[in-house]
Amino acid sequence: MKKELMQGNAAVARGAWEAGVKIATAYPGTPSSEILQDVASTYPEIYPEWAPNEKVAVEVAAGAALSGVRSMAAMKHVGLNVAADPFMTLAYTGVKGGMLVVVADDPNVHSSQNEQDSRNWARFAKVPMLEPSDGQECKDFAKIAFEISEKFDTPVMLRTETRVAHSDSPVVLGERKESTMTPGLDPKDTPKYVMVPAYVRVRRKFVEERMRKLEAYADKFKYNVMEINDTKIGVISSGVSYLYAKEAFPEWSYLKLGMVWPLPKKMIATFFKKVKKVIIVEELDPFLETEIKAMGYKVFHGKDVIPNMYELSPEIVERSLKGKAYKPPKIRVKPEDLPRRPPNLCAGCSHRPLFYALKKLGAYVFGDIGCYTLAAAPPLQALHACICMGASVGMAHGAMKALGSEGLGKVVAVIGDSTFLHGGVTPLMDVVYNKGNSTTIVLDNRITGMTGHQEHAGTGFTIRQEPTNMVDYEVLGKALGVKSIRKIDPYDIKGCMEIIKEEMAKNEPSMIICKDSPCMLLRRAKPLEKFKNPFYFINADKCRGCKMCLEINCPAISWRAGEGETKDGHKRKGTAYINRDQCVGCEVCVQVCKFEAIVPGQK
Amino acid sequence: MKKNIKKNGKVTNIFLSGVGGQGTILASNILAEVFLKAGFDVKKAEVHGMAQRGGDVTTHFRFGKKVYSPIIKYGDVDFLLSFELLESIRYINWVKPEGKIVINNQEIFPPAVNLGLAQYPQDVEKAFKKHFKENVHMINGQEIAKSLGNMQAANVVLVGAFSNFFPEIKDEQWIDALKTLLAPKLHDLNVKAFYEGKKAL
Repeated sequence: MKKELMQGNAAVARGAWEAGVKIATAYPGTPSSEILQDVASTYPEIYPEWAPNEKVAVEVAAGAALSGVRSMAAMKHVGLNVAADPFMTLAYTGVKGGMLVVVADDPNVHSSQNEQDSRNWARFAKVPMLEPSDGQECKDFAKIAFEISEKFDTPVMLRTETRVAHSDSPVVLGERKESTMTPGLDPKDTPKYVMVPAYVRVRRKFVEERMRKLEAYADKFKYNVMEINDTKIGVISSGVSYLYAKEAFPEWSYLKLGMVWPLPKKMIATFFKKVKKVIIVEELDPFLETEIKAMGYKVFHGKDVIPNMYELSPEIVERSLKGKAYKPPKIRVKPEDLPRRPPNLCAGCSHRPLFYALKKLGAYVFGDIGCYTLAAAPPLQALHACICMGASVGMAHGAMKALGSEGLGKVVAVIGDSTFLHGGVTPLMDVVYNKGNSTTIVLDNRITGMTGHQEHAGTGFTIRQEPTNMVDYEVLGKALGVKSIRKIDPYDIKGCMEIIKEEMAKNEPSMIICKDSPCMLLRRAKPLEKFKNPFYFINADKCRGCKMCLEINCPAISWRAGEGETKDGHKRKGTAYINRDQCVGCEVCVQVCKFEAIVPGQK
Repeated sequence: MKKNIKKNGKVTNIFLSGVGGQGTILASNILAEVFLKAGFDVKKAEVHGMAQRGGDVTTHFRFGKKVYSPIIKYGDVDFLLSFELLESIRYINWVKPEGKIVINNQEIFPPAVNLGLAQYPQDVEKAFKKHFKENVHMINGQEIAKSLGNMQAANVVLVGAFSNFFPEIKDEQWIDALKTLLAPKLHDLNVKAFYEGKKAL
């Protein structure tokens, strides 16, 4: 019995592998990205792919499942919104080979645009959902999901969240067992898989029957566990919330749910008989609480004291339930008095000069999901809206339609390469089709950046680094009907400003593509090669301390206070300083400095 | 410490903090590997997200006979291992009164300080010593790593220093973990960094 330390995501991948999964697809998204990366790097028996978006991922996995092959699609919580269309109807058709949909929530929005509770999807779609609390359960639950899927003819959901997906704990490894199902497609199954009204009505009934069977199964499910200790208080909980409660109140009794939908009604009834008072500890929505109250039970505590937003922790659970009896630790330093350390664009990042140019132009910038969303923060403050993957293009179009000629020259959409292929192509088609005049800038840095460098259809490589077709954004734009397509070098601030200004003013759709601007961390693209000098430094004879170079928010540049004067006698209150260990020589600050005070250095 | 670690049911809480790119995650991986191999239940939680972009990075690491929560309870930290001064003082309230603290003596300015809009905290060491007296240990990780020829090894210097708190774990166990987690070409440098760190505390 080999035991290994595994991240929750790696354990999900392992569980799928042990269950005999052959096809796994995903679009990257924190905190779920490592699942597919791990599949691709560790398990040659599984075919992995980065889908262009979560909808395609679910469809690919569904096609495999209908062929009798076990498959998995993984995504973050907001990814399921994108995949909802195939997912909701897949709940009707059911599967043949087992199919698992992994959805990773992000309570406290560590790296997301909202904080939705994916448990609601299980109830909404009428499919079973499992919720692991640590690595071992990630593996075990991912594995058993395929049995449930095939036994009940349903896709199964596995819900993780940041503290489960990104926590490491020991996992006992098992062997892979191939599925015994013979792969193949059978035209006789047409009524099951063609969702036209007459067939839908048949399946609709099946879904309700399946739900009843699953409810009975939940009462016997081996990962729904009752721990009877002190019977004064019993806690109903699941996932990481269970661990927090157990940490804070080890002496109480617990009903720990491994399956959070459907709920084990008989087990819940038994638990209410065994303990005097029941407390429900759950993160985000009162999901269990609402359901259990609807069953007619009186709940002692739940969301009346436990927050329904942000993440829980052992401290929050303890504080919420103890109320005034909770004694907080001593405050030695007020953390709010300390400067915060928000993430920043890397030194040399091509987004920095581009957004500086947009700021100088005074453009209203519809943004999208990616590192460049950081341009919303001061001092750049050059991104003004961002809601979801691909939204920038359609929103800019809508704004232009709303503003009419008033909007010309003032509005632009920015979108990363991966995000463009995920959800930006269709809205750009809309701009052209509906005679719009908005401008779309594709910030092509040759990779999916923020989630940690995943390949996509525009990079020329598959998830396993095999060379493949590379989308040509210019050709794509032309095919959609965009006539005005320009390429810019984002490192040339003046050149960018000229071209963007022209395109924003045009009364027709425009597309601008950033060229030769790979992510600074993408080594294979040799991002530093285009820079003439290894680093720059401040010539103290010339620096007037005007702080213009600080406006670009480069991590390599800082302010050094101290009265003084330039060589030609200009008084100053300090100078800029460039940390040469951090400077990569991108020359953006050089273009911003009006006094030629930033000069090249040689290593 | 020996009886502390062996005590039944007692979970030891180690909190690591630093700035993206400092190698805090590798350091916590080494700890996890060592204590797992030593027969403990372990849990480790970190926030990845955008840490790569220079944000703050924290890792909760816990070991014991049975560990439930991956997150340490606020105020329950036994050991604070910090890779940067501001990121150490930020978590001073998390440490138990009798907790032990190891801090890498390095300042990395956050954007607000770079822009001259905020002050970098002064006298971090003093603030810690006021509350934790002789349990505060400052390490010049960068200097030591630089003397070995590679600043990148500062994280392992810190791990070496930190290893002094666990005399029941043999040096070989730390070195094994290092070698498991690092590419062979980095072994020599990091083994040296570990021992230099060990001497530094």
